[in-house]
Amino acid sequence: MKPDIRPLVAVVSARYRTLLQYRAAAFAGFATQLFWGAIRLMILAAFFAAATEPQPMNLTQVVAYVWLGQALLGMLPWNVDADFRAQVRDGTVAYDLLRPLDLYSYWFGRTLAFRVAAPTLRGIPMVLFSMALLPLVGLGDWALTPPASVVAFAGFVAALVVAAMLATAVTLLAHISLLWTISGIGMDRILTVLVTIFSGLVVPLPLFPDWLQPFLNWQPFRGLADVPYRIYSGNIPPSEIAGELLFTLVWVIVLVLLGRLILLRGVRRMVVQGG
Amino acid sequence: MNSAALLFRYLAISLRGQLQYRASFLMAALGNLLNCLIELAGIWVLFDRFGNLSGWSFAEVAFFCGTINATYAIGELLATGFDQFGMLYVKTGDFDRLLLRPRSTVLQLAGHELSLRRLGRLLPGIVIVVAAWTALDLPLEADRVALLAFAMAGGVAFFFALMVLQATMCFWTTESLELMNILTYGGVETASYPLPIYHRLFRRFFTFVVPLACIGYFPIVAVLGVDDPLGTSRMFQVAAPLAGFAFLGVAIGVWHLGARRYTSTGS
Repeated sequence: MKPDIRPLVAVVSARYRTLLQYRAAAFAGFATQLFWGAIRLMILAAFFAAATEPQPMNLTQVVAYVWLGQALLGMLPWNVDADFRAQVRDGTVAYDLLRPLDLYSYWFGRTLAFRVAAPTLRGIPMVLFSMALLPLVGLGDWALTPPASVVAFAGFVAALVVAAMLATAVTLLAHISLLWTISGIGMDRILTVLVTIFSGLVVPLPLFPDWLQPFLNWQPFRGLADVPYRIYSGNIPPSEIAGELLFTLVWVIVLVLLGRLILLRGVRRMVVQGG
Repeated sequence: MNSAALLFRYLAISLRGQLQYRASFLMAALGNLLNCLIELAGIWVLFDRFGNLSGWSFAEVAFFCGTINATYAIGELLATGFDQFGMLYVKTGDFDRLLLRPRSTVLQLAGHELSLRRLGRLLPGIVIVVAAWTALDLPLEADRVALLAFAMAGGVAFFFALMVLQATMCFWTTESLELMNILTYGGVETASYPLPIYHRLFRRFFTFVVPLACIGYFPIVAVLGVDDPLGTSRMFQVAAPLAGFAFLGVAIGVWHLGARRYTSTGS
C-alpha cells in the first residue's frame, strides 16, 4: 500500500479548526486550571516545608511539574471524543469504513487533533501566566522556571511529541472499545483513573513510595506527563533523555499494534446502529 | 398536597426511573467511588513520603477529606436539577412549564432527580470518616456527633447554594459554565486539607466570601478537639456552619431575581 499523507493532514487540520472555535470554554478552562494549580502548589509546598531529609525532587522542580501538568492537561488521554461516541451510537461510523483510507491511520489523525488542539489554546496562556506574570506580582517562588538547560528544553519538546503520540494511541484504544460497549462510559472512567494516577497528575511519580518505583518506572502512562515534565526541570539528567524517549516510543509501538489488532476484530463483528 | 409530600413524590418517581437502568447507574457510581479513592490515595502517598503536614496527621486530614466528600455528595444528590438546569430547562425553553405550575420553582427543581450515582462518593466518604474517627481514638460523645451532623447539614446547604447560583447564571448565559467547578470540585479538593496551609487570601476568600471553611475546617477542628492554629475560638467554630444556611438564603434570593429576568428561548 502506498502511503498517501495528504488526506490525513486534511483531517487533522479540519478537526483542529473546529475545536479552536470554542473560546469561551477555553477561558473557563483556563481559570479552572489556574485555581487547581494554585491549590496543588500550596498543598505540596506545605508538605515540603515540613520535610527534613532531601527528597527525590526539589520544590522548584515540583512547581514546574504542577504548572506544566495544568497547561497540558487536555493532552492526557483521560476521556473519549464525544463526536466519536455519537458516531458509533448513531451508526454514521459506517461511513468511515467506506473511505479509501487505512482506518486506523485515519482515526489516529483525528484523535491526534482532538488531543492536541485544546492544550495549544489553554497551554500557551497558562505557561505565559505562570512564567511571566507570577514573578511580577511578587509570587516568584510559585512561578514556572525556565527549562533547566537548552538540552533539557530540546528533550522536553521531543518528549512532548512522543507523549502526544502515546496519548493518541491510548485514546484510540478507548475509541475502538466503543465498538463493543457503545456507551463507552465504563471504559472512560477506568481510563481516567489509570491515567490521572499513573501519569503523575495526582502526585508527581518520584514522590510515591520507593517500593512502588520499579513498577511505576515500567508502566506506559508515565510517558504522558512524568517524563516530559522531569526532563524540562532537569530532574531527569540530559544523559538519560535518549533512553526515556526510546522507552516511551516502544510503548507507542506496542499500543499502536494492539489497537490495530483489536480494530481488525472490532470491524469484523461490528453491528452498525441506526437505520 | 403539601410541599414536603410533593417533593417526596417527585423523588420516589426519580428513584424508580433510575433503577430501570441498573448497569449505567452502577458504572457511574463506580466512577465516583474511584475518584474519591484516588483523592485519598494521593493524600496517603504524600504522608508516606513526608510524614506529616505542618503538624496534622494522616488520620486528621483523612477526616477532613471524608467529611467534605460525604457532604458534597449529599448536596449534589439533592441539587441535580439545578446542576443540569442550563442544559435541560433554559436551552430547551422547558423552564416555561415550571413557571406555569402553581408551586415554587426551587421545589420543583429540587425534586427533579435524586441522582443515585452520587452514592459512589457518599459511601466511601462515610467509611473514611468512620475509619479516621476510630484511628484517632475520638470518644463517641453525643455533642461531637451532633456537631459533625450540624456541620454536614450546613455543608449540604452550602453546596446546594452553589448549584443554585450556577443555575442562576444560566438566566444570563443560557448554558452552564465550567467556571462554577472551581467552587464545587475545587471546593472539595480545598476542604480536604486543613485551612492553615493555604495562602492568607485563599483563607479569607473561603471564609468570608464563599464560606467553605465555615462548614468544613472550623467545625471539624472542634469535632477533632484540637486547637486551631489560626486561633479561632470554640464558640466560633461551633456556630460557623450557620454561614452555610445563610449562604443558601442569599442564593435563593439571587435565584428569584434571576428568574424574574428569564425570557424563554422560544423554539
